[in-house]
Amino acid sequence: MNRLASAFRHRPIFMPYFPVGYPEIPTSIDILESLARNGADLIEVGLSFSDPLADGPVIQHATQIALQNGVSTRDGISTIAELRRRGIEIPLILMGYYNPILAYGLERFVQDAVQAGTDGFIIPDLPPEEADELEQILQKYETPLITMLAPTTSEDRMERLAHRARGFIYLVSVTGVTGARSDIPAELGELIARVRRHTAVPVCVGFGISTPAQAAAVGQVADGVIVGSACVREIGESEIPVQAAAEFARKYRFAR
Amino acid sequence: MTLLPSKFGPYGGQYVPETLMPALAELETEFVAARSDPAFQLTLDQLLADFVGRPTPLTYARRLSEQLGGAQIYLKREDLAHTGAHKINNALGQALLVKRMGKQRIVAETGAGQHGVASATAAALLGLECVVYMGAVDIARQQPNVFRMKLLGAEVHPVTSGTQTLKDAINEAIRDWVTNVRTTHYLLGSALGPHPYPTIVREFQSVIGREARAQMLREIGRLPDTVIACVGGGSNAIGIFSAFLDDPEVELIGVEAAGSGIPSGKHAARFGDPTRGRLGVIHGTRTFVLQTEDGQIAETHSVSAGLDYAAIGPEHAHLRDQERAFYTAATDEEALQAFQLLCRVEGIIPALESAHALAEVIKRAPTMRQDQIILVNLSGRGDKDLNTVMNTIL
Repeated sequence: MNRLASAFRHRPIFMPYFPVGYPEIPTSIDILESLARNGADLIEVGLSFSDPLADGPVIQHATQIALQNGVSTRDGISTIAELRRRGIEIPLILMGYYNPILAYGLERFVQDAVQAGTDGFIIPDLPPEEADELEQILQKYETPLITMLAPTTSEDRMERLAHRARGFIYLVSVTGVTGARSDIPAELGELIARVRRHTAVPVCVGFGISTPAQAAAVGQVADGVIVGSACVREIGESEIPVQAAAEFARKYRFAR
Repeated sequence: MTLLPSKFGPYGGQYVPETLMPALAELETEFVAARSDPAFQLTLDQLLADFVGRPTPLTYARRLSEQLGGAQIYLKREDLAHTGAHKINNALGQALLVKRMGKQRIVAETGAGQHGVASATAAALLGLECVVYMGAVDIARQQPNVFRMKLLGAEVHPVTSGTQTLKDAINEAIRDWVTNVRTTHYLLGSALGPHPYPTIVREFQSVIGREARAQMLREIGRLPDTVIACVGGGSNAIGIFSAFLDDPEVELIGVEAAGSGIPSGKHAARFGDPTRGRLGVIHGTRTFVLQTEDGQIAETHSVSAGLDYAAIGPEHAHLRDQERAFYTAATDEEALQAFQLLCRVEGIIPALESAHALAEVIKRAPTMRQDQIILVNLSGRGDKDLNTVMNTIL
């Protein structure tokens, strides 16, 4: 069984996001390791881009600092390799915008990332309509491009996209950019049910989840809970970020 | 899956978050329906005539032609359109689509402020709520337009992220759109962004080319030898080029902003700088983008805010591949000289964007025969640029 499938043996799973290079490169690797050792079931490892149009202020700020620190796509891939070298066994997903990946070279990117120990990719500005070229390469490496669905996705489109989904589905809980929200939308359960009608692949929910209580509530209805901005903010504001990462993961992780 | 082709050769497409895909499909459906609806066309044509003041004149630049001593130069006077630039053509067309879609709110980005003013104007005319995103750097250099937008009832949001210019204003407009997509239309101002925007903007700007072509035939009895337009995102250029695409004898020239010169690295010449201007994806479209080796979008520079953008409209990339259009660049210095020359010899103060097209005329006209004709798209007037020019040439 591959790493992704084994991660979903127990559900719901807790999936934090953190960008490589924030607050600086070596610390960010320690933070990711700390998240993994303290309860993260899967981690979205963030690659930075100058124009992150799907992200709210917290992730914009963190990834800008990462870029000022000179972080590159190669550093993101090396981080995966380093985490594997340190014995981290949970699935690691690389999340980044399409242009830096194109600039790296699609085939080379997939090859290097998979070789380093990456289990999948999330590219928020690459809808399935534009993903043929990448999908062909990913097939060779048997690694999924995670399908994203949104509350605005129509029924027939949802059916079409859910059918081809592999690994898990990233369900965007609200219309909007990443960032904390005070409430979980009431229609979330219904939205998840709509997705499940079309696929047996695990459904993970992200965008706007910013407290352990919200995570627990979403975990009641979803197979996984993705926490990005709240994770980045809490760790980024701390004087001792590696320890803050451990505390953060312990607060959010699901009891087994 | 799209109703219309979403690509121009390998360029264009829809590189946006999933949340927006349905909105793009809705917009395309509405556009296709409106295009074949005579009532929509009639409403648009009437507004273009009675509100915008179309057709804009074709002016023979006699003294400029004499001074340059070569080709005869004609100016398509988009500076005389209401609000002072071609941007109003597209803003009105899209605002009418917004009414058809039953949405009440528009967001727009603006660089020089011309598209922001056009959007605010269209919103005031049609009773829509309007929010304009504008980089803080651009707000500082385009104060009169900021005040104009506010007078017209628009909310102007300063954008302080990234380089605080047009590209960051587009990021913010897209973030607003993604958040409010059910009630809000993104009134994109250039021939850029995800499909169907490049096609919609070309359609609404094609009135420039249709008029100019008919005016040439009627007034001079022949087509121009060369058509020249400045290219930021490329909406005024695609607007005038579109009418001549099937006239292979007409040469089409786009002029990018070479800023402080291409070797300086401080410019916005996507085609003009082959080391940094490479195929990429930005703001929903695949096209030539100024970027670093690692795929980060590069900072750009131009004296003209409207050309100060890292990517070029996807159809221009395709026209260049097809060798149907050719692209060159003019520096800040050359544009400022052309700006002053047109003021002195023709009594017309051009926008700094349009002055880039004029800079190419100054280079090219003397190499042509006196029986040859250049048609220039004078895309806007220069009142908004007086502060910039005062600070630069004094």
